[in-house]
Amino acid sequence: MNEQIPKQTSTEQLREKWMKPEVITGSEVLLRSLLLEGVDCVFGYPGGAVLYIYDAMYGFDDFKHLLTRHEQGAIHAADGYARASGKVGVCIATSGPGATNLVTGIATAYMDSVPMVVITGNVATTLIGTDAFQEADITGITMPITKHSYLVRDVEDLPRVIHEAFHIANTGRKGPVLIDIPKDVSAAMTLFKPVEDVNVRGYNPRTVPNKLQLDKLAQAISEAKRPFILAGGGVIYSGAHEELFEFATRTGIPITTTLLGLGAFPSGHELWTGMPGMHGTYTSNNAIQQCDLLINIGARFDDRVTGKLNGFAPHAKIVHIDIDPAEIGKNVAVDIPIVGDVKTVLEMINPLVSHTDKADAWRTQLQQWKQEYPFRYTDSDDVLKPQWVIEMLNETTKGEAIVTTDVGQHQMWAAQYYKFNHPRSWITSGGLGTMGFGLPSAIGAQMAQPERLVISINGDGGIQMCSQELAICAINNIPVKIVIINNQVLGMVRQWQELIYENRYSHIDLAGSPDFVKLAEAYGVKGLRATTKEEARLAWQEALDTPGPVLLDFVVNKHENVYPMVTQGSTIDQMLMGDE
Amino acid sequence: MSMRHTISILVNDQPGVLQRVSGLFGRRGFNIESITVGQSEEVGLSRMVVVTIGDEKTLEQIEKQLYKLIDVIKVIDLGSKPMVDRELALIKVNSETSERPEIMGIVETFRASVVDIGTHSLMVQVVGDTIKIDAMIELLKPYGIREISRTGVTAMTRGNDTK
Repeated sequence: MNEQIPKQTSTEQLREKWMKPEVITGSEVLLRSLLLEGVDCVFGYPGGAVLYIYDAMYGFDDFKHLLTRHEQGAIHAADGYARASGKVGVCIATSGPGATNLVTGIATAYMDSVPMVVITGNVATTLIGTDAFQEADITGITMPITKHSYLVRDVEDLPRVIHEAFHIANTGRKGPVLIDIPKDVSAAMTLFKPVEDVNVRGYNPRTVPNKLQLDKLAQAISEAKRPFILAGGGVIYSGAHEELFEFATRTGIPITTTLLGLGAFPSGHELWTGMPGMHGTYTSNNAIQQCDLLINIGARFDDRVTGKLNGFAPHAKIVHIDIDPAEIGKNVAVDIPIVGDVKTVLEMINPLVSHTDKADAWRTQLQQWKQEYPFRYTDSDDVLKPQWVIEMLNETTKGEAIVTTDVGQHQMWAAQYYKFNHPRSWITSGGLGTMGFGLPSAIGAQMAQPERLVISINGDGGIQMCSQELAICAINNIPVKIVIINNQVLGMVRQWQELIYENRYSHIDLAGSPDFVKLAEAYGVKGLRATTKEEARLAWQEALDTPGPVLLDFVVNKHENVYPMVTQGSTIDQMLMGDE
Repeated sequence: MSMRHTISILVNDQPGVLQRVSGLFGRRGFNIESITVGQSEEVGLSRMVVVTIGDEKTLEQIEKQLYKLIDVIKVIDLGSKPMVDRELALIKVNSETSERPEIMGIVETFRASVVDIGTHSLMVQVVGDTIKIDAMIELLKPYGIREISRTGVTAMTRGNDTK
């Protein structure tokens, strides 16, 4: 990769340097404020309403600005950057269509609690409300999908607003915050001084749990015969994977990690039972249904995990640990609610618990299920199987890569067959299920983690929703390995139409897709195709040996389904295993 | 069990705050029977009073979801405490000169007042809880109601507590 991210002066040094008040423009206030927040890379796209901001960035190289080819690419890249680094992702777009092109990406980040600060330009304050050229009420449009938003009408407010936005985005339950800056505000002059502290009266996330509830949890653990842990993305966002490891191993409680929680616990560990839910393991789903104590740590009981709510974990006392009080009791009635930061909660609970001796038979039972019902598929020497491709990627990289995905069958296969060992290694749109996410999020992840191997796994449908970002990989030599699991069809829709809509295949044929190898080459990215195992191994090795970006078109069997599968309206132990 | 709840919400007096609150009710499927907004006792803060219908679980979600809005400072379920709830209604009712004494009789009984007189109508102002205003409207209906404008409920806990 080219020298991407500039060496940063520390934020303390910058603060000191700028403490002497100075009259500068709103745009310069923005750039200085971003640097003071430790921003080293932003993703954006210029336009009329942000011309002053981009003018301030002329010749500016204190942070990297990556020019994507679509605003949606920019916001997904900022999302991938945030998920891979734990820092706030930053994205800039112009007013009107620039801003509305961000909407899908903002919703994606909101659903998965990803910290982002989204900066949009707007028409001048004097024109707001007049249907001016490229005017859109972006704060109004994004109100349901942002943690908070600001329309800055006075340049004096800008330093405080930016500081608050970063604080709100990256504390409590994380999420995207939007700052809308009218053109005259970015042009206006103001006396700038770094903001000292942050005081948002209506925002005081509770991180320290109630001690009484912790005692109840410790008591419940000591009594449990069939305890089970359901850990989610909150563990990763809170940086609590080590505390979780201690909690699970100290108590000996078997553990499942949700789609967003993959990597929160090492998948090779004997206590880990695989992902739960609609395409989860037999072991995890049955463990949830049969356990007598279910400890949810930083997951939100999403419908893809719970299946039919009435009948979910029917024998369990339910514990829910979450930073967001509104998640507790929202979907599932909870016996022991614990509001707090997952890391803090686990640090406090770990000294209170010991090994669950009464659960030996339960552990044996789960081990037996793991042996009897692993994920499985029928391999073939005639056609390339998508599951085999993922297994090959996993084996050759030993589970050490950062994997981003798009949405659909390939996403589920990647979740099932790639075995994660570390947090912040799995980047996928879980809540919103956003197609087009796979490639741009990988670009962001690679910018955040230049030393790590980043593999972007996509379907042939989703890759076409943001394939223009191949340009960014080429021009910046961002060495993402872009994998396409190409089955020439919208696979997950096809699977539902086969299983639930009686083989009525409606509008799923992706005939007319480009030759992806040529598409890559047109952008100046190396493209490779494989249709057999031998070709696949060779192509993948060539990709790994290539220092820059590579696109790999794996042409796979069209008729493969993702199993197990829980159909909607069933409890999660009623699974189609694929061999019925 | 679904019940009527009165919720008092202290919010930052910021542009768009009404949209944030009402939008939250809308997108999460919470019902709004009435909503009132005005200045509070503190500069920079407004008080909203929302009357909603839902079961206990819905009420709990409403409170928790409201607290997630950065501009929401405090949420109080007034139904859980002794409180005073009032709304004001203006009712324009048909009234020929001959009918006036009869209508005045009703108005007096309700401790309402006549605030305007037209050649063929009266404007009645009534203050009270929702039940009282509904009853007043029922009694005036036979004369022919031309127009009703109600403020929606505002409310406060009784006693010395300032919550």
